[in-house]
Amino acid sequence: MALFILRRLLQSLFVLLAVSVVVFFAVYAVGDPIELLVSPEVGQAERQALIARLGLDLPIWQQYGHFLWNALHGDLGNSFVHGMPAVELIVQRIPATFELVVVAITLTCIIGIPLGLVAGLYRDAPLGRGIMATSVLGFSLPNFWQGMVFILLFAVWLGWLPASGRGPTVDVLGVPFSIFTAEGWRHVAMPAVNLAIANIALVLRLTATGVVEARSQDYVKFARAKGVKPGRIVRRHILRNILIPVVTVIGMEFGSLIAYSTITETVFSWPGMGKLLIDSVYQLDRPVVVAYVMLVTLIFVVINLIVDILYAVLDPRVQLLEPAH
Amino acid sequence: MSARFSLLARLVCSLGCVVATGAHAQTLKIGLASEPTAIDPHYHQATPNDALTAHIFEPLVGMNGDMKLQPVLASSWEATTDTTWTFKLRPDVKFSNGQAFTADDVVFSLCRVINNETAISGGAMNVVKRIASIETPDAHTVKMTTKSPYPVLPNELARVAMVWNGIAEHGKLNFDPAKGCGVTGAWPTVNDFNSGKATIGTGAYTLKSYVKGNAIELTRNDQYWGEKPAWETVRMVSVPSAGPRLTGLLAGDFDLIENPAARDLKRIKEAGLGYTIKPSVRVMFFQLDAGRNPSPMVKSPKGDNPLQDARVRRAMSMAIDRKTIVERIMDGVATPAYQFLPDGMFGALPNAPELKYDPKAAKALLTEAGYPDGFELTLSSTNDRYINDAQITQAVAQYLSRIGIRTTVDTMTRSVYFPRRAKRDFSASLGGWGSETGEASNFIQYWTTTTNTQLGLGSSNYGAFSKPELDTKFVEALRTVDDTKRAALLNDVIKIALDDMPNIPLHFESGVWAFRKGLSYEGRADQRTTAMATRPVK
Repeated sequence: MALFILRRLLQSLFVLLAVSVVVFFAVYAVGDPIELLVSPEVGQAERQALIARLGLDLPIWQQYGHFLWNALHGDLGNSFVHGMPAVELIVQRIPATFELVVVAITLTCIIGIPLGLVAGLYRDAPLGRGIMATSVLGFSLPNFWQGMVFILLFAVWLGWLPASGRGPTVDVLGVPFSIFTAEGWRHVAMPAVNLAIANIALVLRLTATGVVEARSQDYVKFARAKGVKPGRIVRRHILRNILIPVVTVIGMEFGSLIAYSTITETVFSWPGMGKLLIDSVYQLDRPVVVAYVMLVTLIFVVINLIVDILYAVLDPRVQLLEPAH
Repeated sequence: MSARFSLLARLVCSLGCVVATGAHAQTLKIGLASEPTAIDPHYHQATPNDALTAHIFEPLVGMNGDMKLQPVLASSWEATTDTTWTFKLRPDVKFSNGQAFTADDVVFSLCRVINNETAISGGAMNVVKRIASIETPDAHTVKMTTKSPYPVLPNELARVAMVWNGIAEHGKLNFDPAKGCGVTGAWPTVNDFNSGKATIGTGAYTLKSYVKGNAIELTRNDQYWGEKPAWETVRMVSVPSAGPRLTGLLAGDFDLIENPAARDLKRIKEAGLGYTIKPSVRVMFFQLDAGRNPSPMVKSPKGDNPLQDARVRRAMSMAIDRKTIVERIMDGVATPAYQFLPDGMFGALPNAPELKYDPKAAKALLTEAGYPDGFELTLSSTNDRYINDAQITQAVAQYLSRIGIRTTVDTMTRSVYFPRRAKRDFSASLGGWGSETGEASNFIQYWTTTTNTQLGLGSSNYGAFSKPELDTKFVEALRTVDDTKRAALLNDVIKIALDDMPNIPLHFESGVWAFRKGLSYEGRADQRTTAMATRPVK
């Protein structure tokens, strides 16, 4: 296991390096951030001074060299717009995105998997068919439209929930989280549900298909013949065996939600990383964009690692490393 | 799924509803359209930043909603000689930490503007650089001597906030920026302000908390010297998308929002809410490539650049129906512009003659200039920077087509547009400019005078228009301290600019603010959204 993790981490370093090259060159080749930052009133001398301070007068490969050198020391550059370290800026926003995503994924699991089980077990009954049909709506409706309809319904017409923003936070282990306050839950409810719906539909259908497939397996037939209670068959045998694809999808979704919950964060004004990314792209805040992509790559790498380890836990047939000959 | 969720929601809701209906009568919740990037007043000169810092910090001279100068921390000022301005400071003003405001703070603040390492340069540095020396004969008098006559110094100082001199260690303060002004410790940086350490001002509110990307909270400054602030706490949240911002207002999350979309005003009225529209000083205009041949995006049958002929430019201006653009595209929330600063402001023509919409006369003028069959032109603009920028450009393109100029429209995102415009890639580019000084020299200085980096002229004159007569008159106006003489000179300059038309004015944008019942908002021509302008209505 340890060797596996080590090998994986080494591979990830190469991935990070490759990503940094691509993103850096892509972002630094477009537009001119100085034009966006500096008002036309500013004199040539000040403009040159700012360009020099931001290092934009050097050729691009030299800028990359500086960036890489600093990155190895943990410094991914200072934001052009905010004047503070890019990493600090992003890390400040991580708790908000993280809690939104955790709530969304939790909802996905506690709603998607049971519903999928029901849909799979009662596939031919109206209940099962109804659930599957409704799930199509879940991943067909566009995210932003869905969000706005929720806001219209729950915030404007019914007035039950606030239309935007994050609730008051309490510090847990020095990190501010809003899900530990009642008011915070009111704020996180709609964005989390908005994110969760498409994933619930996905997980639901995956689970249902898995259940249908598992039921026709020999071991299930044998267990039924043996007289094992149906509940136990589902819990002990079927569920365990269908979880591999589900875990894969949930892992992927977790990563992509953290990285790209931009639309939901914009619609609900949730102060997370996605909103920071979009704003930075518009303002050509290059260090933040580069730092963000690298951080997100790191997150994906870690999630993939965890998912692979979970495979080994869930399915004894899976071997992480090839057996030595 | 729905059964489980709605039960949970109802449970959570009822809990939350109890909490939410607590007494927040004294809190003002504002929905902003763009997020301020810092609380440091000398960091970046941009409207959201200026509006936020105006709550906490104040300048010597302020501007009211119509951008007329009014005494703030300076109770009076006058030009004692051509190159000296004397300011008398208001006595009995205290910073939020109890310290008195004195001339030392003025010297320190101006020095800090120049010694701000982390700043994204703003116009304030230019202002301070023109001050040769400062004398402080007593704690409430400041005499500034400028390197050359600087009649608009008070207007420019309206954008320089005063900070407390105690945020950096120093000995005796004197205005000598090159040698550090007597400051011995480290100069404060933008992070010191954002963290609240250095955020000590004389303003109506003090900073309670500033969480980037989340909310900014201010509390009333009970020691404030001026009009008692109406709100105990102010909470500002930035919601850049217009739709969610409006729903926030409709849902009661916000008491006041800035810049609702013009098409939503009807909806706002129907919902029983209020709104204020105030013409701003931001003028939208087209800058034409009047200075060179060939021009990159012009194709004429004669092979030259028609934009170099003033008759062609005047014809183009005559072909545009400004009133219809304002009515149909801007939904009435704009004012047609016949000069570069609204009538009534300092230096502007008191009653600028209307630039009439006359396509027939325009075509005749074009023929007279030698282009009976017109020519080809590409109009360039942003599509995400100014209100309805792309639509305005398309409309202007249509109007020009009607008089024989075959137009193409090229719109792009601003991060690509501004650098390209600065590299002079365009022949007819859309621009927007708000004269922050509230007087007429500002626009001409950057856009119409011949580019001269020594004198700081024409830095945005990408069309390279050059008229020596205009330059001479303008430079003279810049040096004339007498208000009446200066206004007359500026009037002459504007007349020349309108005659030659290197920039075609279209309209002045209006600022719009929407608010809940029971509030009133005093609109501002500089488009700032402040809690000080929001008052409860009995």
